[in-house]
Amino acid sequence: MKKPVFTQIKGNSSGYWMLLALLGGFILTALGATYYMEHGGHYVTGMSNNIVWGMPHVFAVFLIVAASGALNVASISSVFAKTAYKPLAPLSTLLAVALLAGGLMVLVLDLGRPDRLIVAMTKYNFKSIFAWNIILYNGFFVVVGIYMWTMLQRSMNKYSKVAGFSAFIWRLILTTGTGSIFGFLVARQAYDAAIMAPMFIVMSFSYGLAIYMLVLMASYKWTNRPLGDATFKRLKNLLGVFIAGVFYFIVVKHLTNLYATEHHGVEAFILRDGGIYTQMFWYGVMLIGTVIPLAIIYHPTVGMSRSAVGVASLFVILGGLALMYVIIIGGQAYPLVLFPGKEVSSTFFDGMVNNYAPTLAETLLGIGGFAVALFIVAFAVKVLRFLPESLADEAVDPHHSK
Amino acid sequence: MSPKTPESTTDQYRRKFLKQSAAVGGLMVAPGVILNQVAHAKPDAEKVSNKNRWGILVDTNKCSKGCNDCVTACQEENGWGKSETKSRPDQQAQWIRKVTITDKQTGHVQSLPLMCQHCENPPCVDVCPTGASMKREDGIVLVDRHICIGCRYCMMACPYKARSFIHEHLQYQKVNAPRGIGTVESCNMCAPRVDRDREPACVEACSKAEHGALLFGDLKDPESAISVELKKHGGKQIRADLGLNTGVRYQGI
Repeated sequence: MKKPVFTQIKGNSSGYWMLLALLGGFILTALGATYYMEHGGHYVTGMSNNIVWGMPHVFAVFLIVAASGALNVASISSVFAKTAYKPLAPLSTLLAVALLAGGLMVLVLDLGRPDRLIVAMTKYNFKSIFAWNIILYNGFFVVVGIYMWTMLQRSMNKYSKVAGFSAFIWRLILTTGTGSIFGFLVARQAYDAAIMAPMFIVMSFSYGLAIYMLVLMASYKWTNRPLGDATFKRLKNLLGVFIAGVFYFIVVKHLTNLYATEHHGVEAFILRDGGIYTQMFWYGVMLIGTVIPLAIIYHPTVGMSRSAVGVASLFVILGGLALMYVIIIGGQAYPLVLFPGKEVSSTFFDGMVNNYAPTLAETLLGIGGFAVALFIVAFAVKVLRFLPESLADEAVDPHHSK
Repeated sequence: MSPKTPESTTDQYRRKFLKQSAAVGGLMVAPGVILNQVAHAKPDAEKVSNKNRWGILVDTNKCSKGCNDCVTACQEENGWGKSETKSRPDQQAQWIRKVTITDKQTGHVQSLPLMCQHCENPPCVDVCPTGASMKREDGIVLVDRHICIGCRYCMMACPYKARSFIHEHLQYQKVNAPRGIGTVESCNMCAPRVDRDREPACVEACSKAEHGALLFGDLKDPESAISVELKKHGGKQIRADLGLNTGVRYQGI
C-alpha cells in the first residue's frame, strides 16, 4: 500500500463558491431566526412551559450525537489499527469537530439567555450531567483538535495512536453524557432509562457515519478524485451494521418498557395513539430510517450504486432526526403522571397530551447547525490537507487485485 | 433679675451636655429596644440556617373546589399572571395552580393547590448546570435569576411541572419578586415574607377565606403546628416513589 498523499482541494470553481454561499445563506437565516426568537422572547416559538425543548433541541442533540459518531472512522484506523481506514481518518476528525460546533451553536442560541454563555462556562454544578457535558464538549474540541494535529503534521504522526485512543475514550464518555441528559430524568415516563446512554452511542455510530459517507462521496465527486469500490463497500457495510444496531436498541428499549405495566401508557402513546409521534416512529424511524436504508445497502445490485447508498445515508439522517423528535418532543408531550389511577385537570393542562407545533424560525435555526458544520468542512478542506488525493482501490487496499 | 453668674453658665453647659448625652444615648439604645420586639424577624445580615425546614401542609378535605384565592394571592404577591400579554396560555407562568383530581374507580373528586414541592432532594437543583436552581439551608427551593441561562433542564427534571420559563419581556414587577425574560422561575415559598416571619401569601389567603386548608411552619420544630398535625394525622407526598422528601405535604389524597 502506498502512503496516502493528502492535499487541499483547489476550491476555486464556481460550484465551490456557490456551495459556500448557499451554506452561508442558511447560516445567516439561522442567525436571523435567532434574533427573531431572542429579541422579543420565546413566545414566538412553538415551545411552552409544557414542551420546553423543541425543534432546536432535536437538531442540536442530533448533531452532537452525530459529531461523536463521525469520529468513528478515525477511531477504527488508530484504535483498531485498520490500515484501510487510515486515509479516511483526517476528514473524520474534521467532520466530528464541525458537527459538534454546529450542534452547540443551535443549543446555545436557543438558551433563554444566550448572552450568559460566560456564566455557563464559569459556574459549574458538578452534580449536573449538563455541566459535565459542557466540559465534555469543550474537551472534545481540544482532544480531537490534538488528534487532528498529530495526523496532519508529519513530525507529530508518532503520537497519533495515543491521541486517537484518547479521543475514542472521550467520545464514548461524551455520548454517554448526551444520552444521560435524558436517562437521568427520573420524573418523566419516556426517559429515566439507563439504556439511553448506550443507545445514544450506537445512534451516534450510525448518524455520524451516514453524514461522513455523504460528505466523502460529495467531496470526491465534486473534486474529481477517485473513490474506489473497496472503501465504498467497507463503509456502506459498516453503516448497515450500525443501522441494525440502532434498531436492536430501539426494540430492547420498547420491549423492556412494554413489560412493565407502569410504562404501558407512554408506550401506547408512542407506538399506537400518539398521532404525529406514532407516525414519526413507524414511518420516520422504522420505515425511512431503518427498513429502506437496510434494504438498499444489502441489496446485491442497488447496494452497489453510489447514489442509492447516498439516498440510504440521507434516509438514516432523516430517520435519526425523526427518532430525536419522538424521544425529545414525544417524551414531553406525554403528560406527567402525578396521581396514578386518577384523572387530572387544571388551568395548566395537567393530564392532557401537550401540543407542540414547531415554527419556521426554530426549524431554520436547527438547519443552520447543519450549515455551520458543512461550511467548516468545506472551508477547512480548502486550506488544510484533509483529503487523500486518491481513494482508488489500489491506493488503499494492499491486497487489492485487479 | 439677677445677673448671670459664671456658675450658672457652667450649669447651662452641664444641662446642655447632659441633655445631648441622653439624646445620643437614647438614640443608640432605642433601636435595640424597639427593634428587639420585632426581632423575631431574621435580620438581613443573619444567614438562613438549616435549623429550620419550612413546609406547607395541604388538607385537601378543606380545600374548596371553586376557590382560587391561594392562586390570586400568589399572583398579587409575586406579580405574575397578568404581566404576560403576548404568551400563549401554555407559555404563561404558573407558580401555583389548582388541580382537580377524579378517582377513575369511585368518581371521588378532589381539589388541591399544586406548586413547587420544595424537595429535600430536588431534581431541578441536581440537573442545573450553573447552580442557579438552588436550595436554601432552610429547605426553600428557588432560582437565582442572575445566573440562570434559560436552558430549561430543570423544567424537564421537575416531576410536578412547577416551573415556568418567561417567554417575553415583563413590566410592572414587584420589588420582592424580580423576574426576567429567558429565565426560569417558580414558587419560592414567599421567601422574602418567610424571612420576615410572615406566612406565604397563599397560606394567608386560605386562612382569610376561612378554609384553613394550608398550614405553614417549621418541619424541624416538633412543637410547631405543622409538625404536630403531621405527627397526629400524617401527610402524603405527591410521587413519594421518587424519594424526594417534599416540604409540601397533602392530607386526604
